Amino acid sequence: MATDSQLAMWEVFMQSKPGANYIHAGCVHASDKKMALQNARDTYTRRGEGTSIWVVPSDAIVASNPEDDDMFFDPANDKVYRLPTFYVMPEGAKAI
Amino acid sequence: MTQQQALYKYCLRLGDDALIQSYRLSEWCSNAPILEEDLALTNFALDMTGRAQALLGYAGQIDGQGKTDDDLAYKRGERQFYNHLIMELPNGNFATTIARLLFTSTFEFYFYSDLMNSADATLAAIAAKTVKEVKYHMAHATDWTCRLGDGTQESHRHMQSGIDHHWMYTGELFETDEVDAILQDRNIAVDMASIQQRWHQSITQVLKEATLKIPAGEHMQSGSQQGIHTEYLGHILTEMQYLQRAYPEAIW
Amino acid sequence: MELMEKAGKIHEELLKSFEAKIERGDAIEPRDKMPDAYRKHLIRQMSQHAHSEVIGMQPEGNWITRAPSLRAKQILLAKIQDEGGHGLYLYSAAETLGISRAEMIEQLHSGKAKYSNIFNYPSLTWADIGAIGWLVDGAAIVNQVSLQRTSYGPYSRAMVRICKEESFHQRQGYEIMAKMMKGTKDQQEMAQDAMNRWWWPSLMMFGPHDSESPHTGDAVKWKIKRHSNDELRQKFIDKTVQQAEVIGLTIPDKDLKWNESRGCYDHGPINWDEFYRVIGGHGQCNKQRMAHHIKVHNEGAWVREAAEAYRLKKEKQLLHS
Repeated sequence: MATDSQLAMWEVFMQSKPGANYIHAGCVHASDKKMALQNARDTYTRRGEGTSIWVVPSDAIVASNPEDDDMFFDPANDKVYRLPTFYVMPEGAKAI
Repeated sequence: MTQQQALYKYCLRLGDDALIQSYRLSEWCSNAPILEEDLALTNFALDMTGRAQALLGYAGQIDGQGKTDDDLAYKRGERQFYNHLIMELPNGNFATTIARLLFTSTFEFYFYSDLMNSADATLAAIAAKTVKEVKYHMAHATDWTCRLGDGTQESHRHMQSGIDHHWMYTGELFETDEVDAILQDRNIAVDMASIQQRWHQSITQVLKEATLKIPAGEHMQSGSQQGIHTEYLGHILTEMQYLQRAYPEAIW
Repeated sequence: MELMEKAGKIHEELLKSFEAKIERGDAIEPRDKMPDAYRKHLIRQMSQHAHSEVIGMQPEGNWITRAPSLRAKQILLAKIQDEGGHGLYLYSAAETLGISRAEMIEQLHSGKAKYSNIFNYPSLTWADIGAIGWLVDGAAIVNQVSLQRTSYGPYSRAMVRICKEESFHQRQGYEIMAKMMKGTKDQQEMAQDAMNRWWWPSLMMFGPHDSESPHTGDAVKWKIKRHSNDELRQKFIDKTVQQAEVIGLTIPDKDLKWNESRGCYDHGPINWDEFYRVIGGHGQCNKQRMAHHIKVHNEGAWVREAAEAYRLKKEKQLLHS
């Protein structure tokens, strides 16, 4: 074989406890799904850090481009009416 | 043989299996085909060292002469070890090691699944913990057996030769003697015949999926239950026990 | 001419906005624009860091089968496994810069990429395992803690994870040394001997003095490096001297003394000839470490090929079923 592949790269996401968000933990290399999952387990849960793992082929991740940051994210900055603190509530109203 | 003596030897047998197998797997550290696999094999070695501690510690308690897990691991000679021969064989290449791990982890999975129902509460508790570990070892070994068996021609050849090489050491896993008889009477030990049947079924299935052949050889090696080992064990002990032997007064 | 001027201007503007970002203390992420020199520096440093973790498994692995108790064996195994894991985190972080792990390994084998010099020294006795954990990891941790605030996001995140896990490594080494110093005369001698052999190489781990260090300029400006070699070395010495005293070990430096006015220890001259000799490939173990890594890599090739072949086969079967 001309190039030694070191196998494909996978992104690892871990859930620290049931109900929690899955958070990116890092990567592993593996040739197939089962291996990716086992390698993620052996690499990222050595100290009982997780209760559940997702693995995703790295090339399946689509990322936003930093050059588009202004059009992607800036327009959300002035939409304060999406926040509950924007509204003036009549004095004395409860549980709202 | 009293029940106490039988239980002591039973624990040594199981503890030594874990200890010697962990020794062999730990030799893979910084030698695996890919970094991720290095971590995996070390994890298994760690599981097994922990199991050896528990079982040898319990053996020491049963013996009642104040021996610790370390005393039993580091201060017995070749003829006092009772691990199955398959555990002490050299690692060979990656396929050879996977072949052994497939055989032993499948055996241990059925063995400890049954031992969870032992009338001996300590053994049952150790078994409950061990089952979870060996189930994973078995899954890992099974997957690699399929990858290598059904991978390239070269890997197929290595995998088949690993299977063939270990085959004659698998019969011993199911051997029983007076120890088993005494403890089985009291529902402490497990029924090996039933385990052998399930083991054979499972291995047959995995090898088939991996496009590998079940070896034809009928003759099985034996001897570990009398402490008669391969020449390899002596070298393991020489290395493992070196510091304890060279500095008997020292505490580490 | 006009075109080149324009290109130069764009380049200048990009550099300016990059440096402004660094100045603000924002992290740089993989898809952000970055100067080539920044990327190159990071690849060099991170791959060297990753290789060091992996090569470092060898001198410690040398003692796994001879660990003197089940507890010691477990701890050592877990520690070496961590080193492997840390190598893996760092390779992954470096891969975000557009270099593959296979390429990094190739560079290691060709000698283009380096690993920490310290691992070219042999681990001769069990006390060396103590000294490696206490001194070598101790020195590494000082550096790593500082790198948690490095400007490149993936590197910084890897370092945070590594620091969290490394915290037991130094303790296990120190515990080994402490136990041996409380033990028999043989054990005490073994411990002091290991101290004597590992002290100076540990100080060399921080690299040449600031006045001699070729890479420091940009690395500091771009906040890849947050503290200078000498600052980190001083930090390590100051915390280690007291630890040695507590367990009765002597630091093999007759010039070592507390400097009241500087508020830290002065130390004797470091043998930089030795440092450059070992870096140049003439340490006791340079050839051995590299030969081992290459051998393992080559012997694993058929396994990795088989795994790939198996995946392709299964994918094809799935397609036709």
